[in-house]
Amino acid sequence: MQCQECGKRPATLHFTKIVNGEKTEFHICEACAREKGELIPGTAGGFSIHSLLSGLLDFSPATSSQASGVKPAENLHCEKCGLTYSQFSKLGRFGCSSCYKYFNDRLDPLLRRVHGNTTHVGKVPRRVGGHIHMKRKLDDLRRELQYRVLHEQFEEAAALRDQIRELEKNISAE
Amino acid sequence: MGNLQFTEQPLSEWMNRDGNESNIVISTRVRIARNLVECPFPILATNQQSEEVLNQFEQVLSDERMQPFGQLHPIELDDLDDLDKQVLVEKHLISPSLVTESRNGAAFISDDESLSIMVNEEDHLRIQCLYPGLQVKEAWEKASAVDDIFEDHVDYAFDDKRGYLTSCPTNVGTGLRASVMIHLPALALTSQIGRILSAVTQVGLAVRGIYGEGSETVGNLFQISNQITLGQNESEIIDNLYGVVVQIIEHEKAAREKLLSDSRIRIMDRIMRSYGILSYSEIIDSKEAAQRLSDVRLGVDLGFVNVPFHALNELNVMTQPGFLQKRQGGNMSPGERDIYRAKVIREHLKDNLQ
Repeated sequence: MQCQECGKRPATLHFTKIVNGEKTEFHICEACAREKGELIPGTAGGFSIHSLLSGLLDFSPATSSQASGVKPAENLHCEKCGLTYSQFSKLGRFGCSSCYKYFNDRLDPLLRRVHGNTTHVGKVPRRVGGHIHMKRKLDDLRRELQYRVLHEQFEEAAALRDQIRELEKNISAE
Repeated sequence: MGNLQFTEQPLSEWMNRDGNESNIVISTRVRIARNLVECPFPILATNQQSEEVLNQFEQVLSDERMQPFGQLHPIELDDLDDLDKQVLVEKHLISPSLVTESRNGAAFISDDESLSIMVNEEDHLRIQCLYPGLQVKEAWEKASAVDDIFEDHVDYAFDDKRGYLTSCPTNVGTGLRASVMIHLPALALTSQIGRILSAVTQVGLAVRGIYGEGSETVGNLFQISNQITLGQNESEIIDNLYGVVVQIIEHEKAAREKLLSDSRIRIMDRIMRSYGILSYSEIIDSKEAAQRLSDVRLGVDLGFVNVPFHALNELNVMTQPGFLQKRQGGNMSPGERDIYRAKVIREHLKDNLQ
């Protein structure tokens, strides 16, 4: 078989690509493969973070999940976009923002492996995150209150206590 | 699409400005990933949905607070020919996956090419800022300011616990990837590079070739970026990257000093040979060109060669396959490119003799 790119050299590499159930076959020589790889930098080798991730995702929590009451993976899917958990483990990508909600029970171990952590502590959008900003501020104030009390700085502590009460009132009013 | 201004010149305007540590750090890049709450992520979005996403973002750009970032030129990927796409990737103005995977993919690129807003890549929105030299904090602040403007107009997918929800679990949380492109020839020559880079990966950073994920490292150029996006806030991520890069710079400087004191004549010989090859060869492949350019870049810093850094930055882009073909005006075989590459380098070095 000749290389379908250059038509000169024999094809030594054969690829099958399946996208949305549509199968495409490629038969090319090494020189053209190298060139194609070079054509789009970053895609050479065809090895991506997603293939690595699906290796991480595909672990079977057989015994531990039953004990902890986590639903078996085969029934799990996102009710908004329809992505199943098994599709997610193959793709290494979520289908929509709701996937996070429907796969939530299974995300902690994955996120811990990838990030060493499961909870966001960074920027919060101002508009949708108003209540989060207030909760964070409340946490900060409570921490500072503890510190002041511990160091017997009671005047500052009293001022902080008032601020906390005010903020709590605002949060419950919302 | 006719002549695209961004693919005509090899050097982006932002590269002409001075950056910190620019004899070692080429550039800093920060990108943040965001998604709209209502629409499926690009991987599942229908054609109509991704068009709707693009329309929503386009409207944000008319917000007057966007003006300080310069005029943003809309580029729809479907309107671009393959060479233009490739050049935009080579200049890091768009990502490879915007070219290969996106539907209704688009980018909005600022006049000076320092801001690039990608739509319908892996995530609905990716805001990318580029700075010369080591300027991680500056790049983050700019990206974050653009993010704030978008956030006033659209509803982001955000969760109390997980933060900004992204298509790939490796970006969730801050959605922030900050990276620094750094040139480490002396550490490579003194065989210390492996040790240092493996130490880097142990503090939550990743090291890659210059075109990102999966790409080969050539010409002693490395891209160092944060790996963790969840559980650390943006300042921690930025400070961590900055702190580690500063240390690497110190090691590289020390290695350069040591090369000079221990084997001045040998290192000079190596640099001058590379300069000679770049100045006179008739055929050169991309890998050799990158290696020789790395030697010459080191030679400039050590005072052996008198070529401005910007000319070398230009050559880094000009010697890429896409740019060569774009300049020549059509597709070329790898063999033809090697001949043309040698010519482009010879002429560019001659033009920049000081």
